[in-house]
Amino acid sequence: MTQKFRLENVGLINRNKKLSFKFNGKTYYGYEGDTLASALIANGVHLVGRSFKYHRPRGFFGAGVDEPYAIVQLYRNGETEPNIKATEQELFEGLEATSVNCWPSVNFDIGAINNFLKIFLPAGFYYKTFMWPKSFWYKIYEPFIRKAAGLGTASIKHDKERYEHKYEYCDLLIAGSGPSGLASAYAAAKNGASVILAEDKSRFGGTLLTSEVNIGNKSGKEWAEGIISELKEMPNVTVKNRSQVFGYYDHNMLVMSERISDHLPETKKFHPKQRLWYIRAKEVLISSGSIERPIVFGNNDTPGVMLSSAAKEYMKVYGVLVGRNPVIFTNNDSGYETAIEFKNNGIDPLILDTRKDPNSEIINDAKNLGIEIKNSYVVVAAKGYKKVKSADISKISDDKEQLGKIENIKCDCICVSGFWTPTIHLASQSGNKTKFNEEIDAFVPGVSKQNEKTLGAAKGIYTLQETLKDSFETGNELSKKITNSENKVSFPNVVEKKSTVHDKFWCVPLPKGKNYKRFLDFQNDVAVSDIEIALKEGYRSIEHVKRYTTLGMATDQGKTSNLNGLQLVSKIENKVVPAVGHTTFRPPYTPVSIGAIVGREVGKHSKPTRKSPMHTWHEENNAVFVDAGVWLRPRYYKQGNENLFEASKREAKNVRTNVGVCDVTTLGKIDIKGPDAAELLNRVYTNAWLKLPVGKARYGVMLREDGIVMDDGTTTRISENHYHMTTTTAQAANVLSHLEYYLQLVWPELNVNVVSSTEQWAGAAIAGPKSRDLLKKLFPNSDVSNEGLPFMGYMEGDLFGVKARIFRISFSGELAYEVNVESDYGNFMWEKIIEIGQEFKIQPYGTEALSTLRIEMGHVAGSELDGRTIPYDNSLEGLLSKKKDFIGKRSLNRDAFTSEDRQKVVGVVPLDKKTSIPEGSHLVKDANAPLPNPKLGYISASCWSVEYDNPFSLAILKDGKNMIGEKLFVMSPLKNKVIPVEIVSSHYVDPKGERVRS
Amino acid sequence: MLYIKCPHCGWRSQNEFSYGGDATVKRPELGKDISDQDWNNFVYNRKSLRGRHWELWQHLSGCRQWIKVERDTATHEIFNTLKATEEIS
Repeated sequence: MTQKFRLENVGLINRNKKLSFKFNGKTYYGYEGDTLASALIANGVHLVGRSFKYHRPRGFFGAGVDEPYAIVQLYRNGETEPNIKATEQELFEGLEATSVNCWPSVNFDIGAINNFLKIFLPAGFYYKTFMWPKSFWYKIYEPFIRKAAGLGTASIKHDKERYEHKYEYCDLLIAGSGPSGLASAYAAAKNGASVILAEDKSRFGGTLLTSEVNIGNKSGKEWAEGIISELKEMPNVTVKNRSQVFGYYDHNMLVMSERISDHLPETKKFHPKQRLWYIRAKEVLISSGSIERPIVFGNNDTPGVMLSSAAKEYMKVYGVLVGRNPVIFTNNDSGYETAIEFKNNGIDPLILDTRKDPNSEIINDAKNLGIEIKNSYVVVAAKGYKKVKSADISKISDDKEQLGKIENIKCDCICVSGFWTPTIHLASQSGNKTKFNEEIDAFVPGVSKQNEKTLGAAKGIYTLQETLKDSFETGNELSKKITNSENKVSFPNVVEKKSTVHDKFWCVPLPKGKNYKRFLDFQNDVAVSDIEIALKEGYRSIEHVKRYTTLGMATDQGKTSNLNGLQLVSKIENKVVPAVGHTTFRPPYTPVSIGAIVGREVGKHSKPTRKSPMHTWHEENNAVFVDAGVWLRPRYYKQGNENLFEASKREAKNVRTNVGVCDVTTLGKIDIKGPDAAELLNRVYTNAWLKLPVGKARYGVMLREDGIVMDDGTTTRISENHYHMTTTTAQAANVLSHLEYYLQLVWPELNVNVVSSTEQWAGAAIAGPKSRDLLKKLFPNSDVSNEGLPFMGYMEGDLFGVKARIFRISFSGELAYEVNVESDYGNFMWEKIIEIGQEFKIQPYGTEALSTLRIEMGHVAGSELDGRTIPYDNSLEGLLSKKKDFIGKRSLNRDAFTSEDRQKVVGVVPLDKKTSIPEGSHLVKDANAPLPNPKLGYISASCWSVEYDNPFSLAILKDGKNMIGEKLFVMSPLKNKVIPVEIVSSHYVDPKGERVRS
Repeated sequence: MLYIKCPHCGWRSQNEFSYGGDATVKRPELGKDISDQDWNNFVYNRKSLRGRHWELWQHLSGCRQWIKVERDTATHEIFNTLKATEEIS
């Protein structure tokens, strides 16, 4: 028979929709509205996994976010996800899940031997045991621990699901839709405030769904449904279920994860799986409720031991019995509510109450129903290995120290209630100074640091009447201040059962001669004895105890374990709990999938992709692209079966002999205007700029204040007060910020405006001995002769009706020009250049040929201007003006920068003229010197010289000035290469620079 | 994530800004003689204060203005923001 623990006609599940699912390969059935946990319990399955350290059998302890150990590996639509709480995962047709932390199977787990060896696995076990011998760590200990521990396996496949991010602003964010959340949201919404109400479960209402109360002549559930449907209709309210507010960050920024598709067999088309909300709220109301506290007793981790509130929720929400022969073990009235619910469903529970003679309305109800109650009784230990079979129970003395005679009674579940712990995680994350409330033995929020208030059970108010009153008022007051309008709602009549005080009892003493494991932290397998050892070994700070024993760590964040752990430490230390203090609660409150955190920024969306206006042409002409920052640039244009080396050599050679064209759109461009523009340039660049005539370009180098080269490029005077600056592709954004910094903060008296114009201009570099012939045909109406447009000259031209800027500047060292047109005409320009260039044998060239050309010319670029070099190192000292001050000048006279043997850029040629030199290799004097071999310098850039047809590199070399002609060795331990080389001038080709002026 | 009031644009999230260091550092005047010690202090030496601190931020993805922000480095509380041209009082 299936679902033999399912009740008739009880619960909020949809019995018309039966769902099939698989757990550990076996098929079961449940209903729509079940969680995986409730469906498994309906089928009598209580063994779901093995514990973290001792591999003890583990079942269900809670019914929601509080669950410490019913963690499964989920399979959905061809994907797998670890670390899923069975109590939170909603059932869908075809769901598959498996146990984690067990091998080879949950029923027969090899690691369970740890349980019998537990004497060897005390607190700090890993620290102590795996320390020696050292050589065992990598080969034996670590693989063993990795196999034995962990909560599931992450998928290594690409996640095909989509995750979104959303930014939202609101007046009030309300976390939790229980009574306090609903009341405050309703009051605030009525006052016109913009409200976001978040509920982590699929159903709104929190405890109203499971408690026997009456609000305004409606059941709690009906009242909640009424409020929710009204809120959903209001345009100023956003109501979100399956949404967990998990983190409270600075300046009232909260982050919420919305599980949009996790409850469906597959994600709908165009829907994300999850959405992460960044919410900036003016006010935050934390209505996160409370979590029932366990009582500590022997073998309290046996499957079938669970929170009494969870047992009640399984009955009332899911129509599922957690057992047919329940023992309720309680120190307060909540256990009685669960007992009454059992009784209402035809089950006879036994209540063990630690209190001697409690009396209240609820207790009387239980008595009147004929429920058996044993006062001053405790469960000493649960019996049964994979499921509770019986319980050892005993009377306990009034001082709670002495046990009486142990009796064994048959039972199939033990429902525990040790009173309630307010969920203060969000308040604590916000910086709230929490305080200890003696009355409820728990921490509650204290003084707020941010605009946050906690309501209801989350601050220790456990009566509905008081909770609703406080929440209505708080919602009203806060929203009124924001909206300046009040539309006060009348307070409903509340009927609830009165309860009496709880017993501060939390831990059952061990009977004589017994050594039961009594667990505090169920997720991390921390027992009473572990804490005792840690304290015996001298750990005192609760933060240290936490780390040594792992109490309250990991995904559980101490939801059920925190307070009992503190009680134990305070008892042993003979301190009060507030003096022990609690550890820091850290976000996230519950696990958040990495996918949701990353959002859409995966793969090629992880950064923007910038393309030049000529990109399509490059694609159509077999360009192979390379990432240059966020730009895509052609690296080479492939012809036939060419490889990178062959293609770039062909392209570079063609520039040296005919003419080539290169897309230089990516160069940073900054438009500079204003009467003081020349003065700005004069301060920013190291050379003189005040006398640059209109229509001329100049090369400049700019430094940081510490004397290191920041960037280089040419700047052209377009008109009297108008300059066009170019930067390297990589530094474009930094240079603009740099200029803005000096203009806005340091020299605000300068009348200059700067703006990025990188994307406004498309650029083509035309280089090679035949470039002027080509230019004449492109601009037949302009005088582009050597006299009309000399080296470093500038003019405007007409390119078949398109206005163009023509700069005679050269990076390749050849006679060369750069033509700029507005971006929209970039492709037109490019195609004209290619078309007309045919008669001059033009070829496009990519960044690889571009590098070859500049390296063999000894032009420094990014690999030399690497944030570690000064002008001298790059042979740019000739550009340092002696007459004026400039940014960074004062730093250049530092001793290290002026030493006689200062590093300098040099050329490097292998003696055999054949062996390529890997970039990043070191230069050493003696290849056989003992390690560490003294390093003289490093190879910054390498190419195959097309001029001389042999390898050539640039290097930054110590005392480079005096090293020309020396024989050294290049060493690349990475590539296992040792190459004898000769040091030559960095200007390997055309050292006098005649070509650019020809 | 901090919430910063740009004096030009209003309240904006931290991810629109970039940090620019101590706002009380004054660059020595150009062309003026200055001791090595004073220059080193300007270029390198910064206090790592705990507490209130005037610092520079640039509204990079907004108006591109450099602004001055008085922030508590321990609590992240922001007390005041000023335009680049406004003097810290």
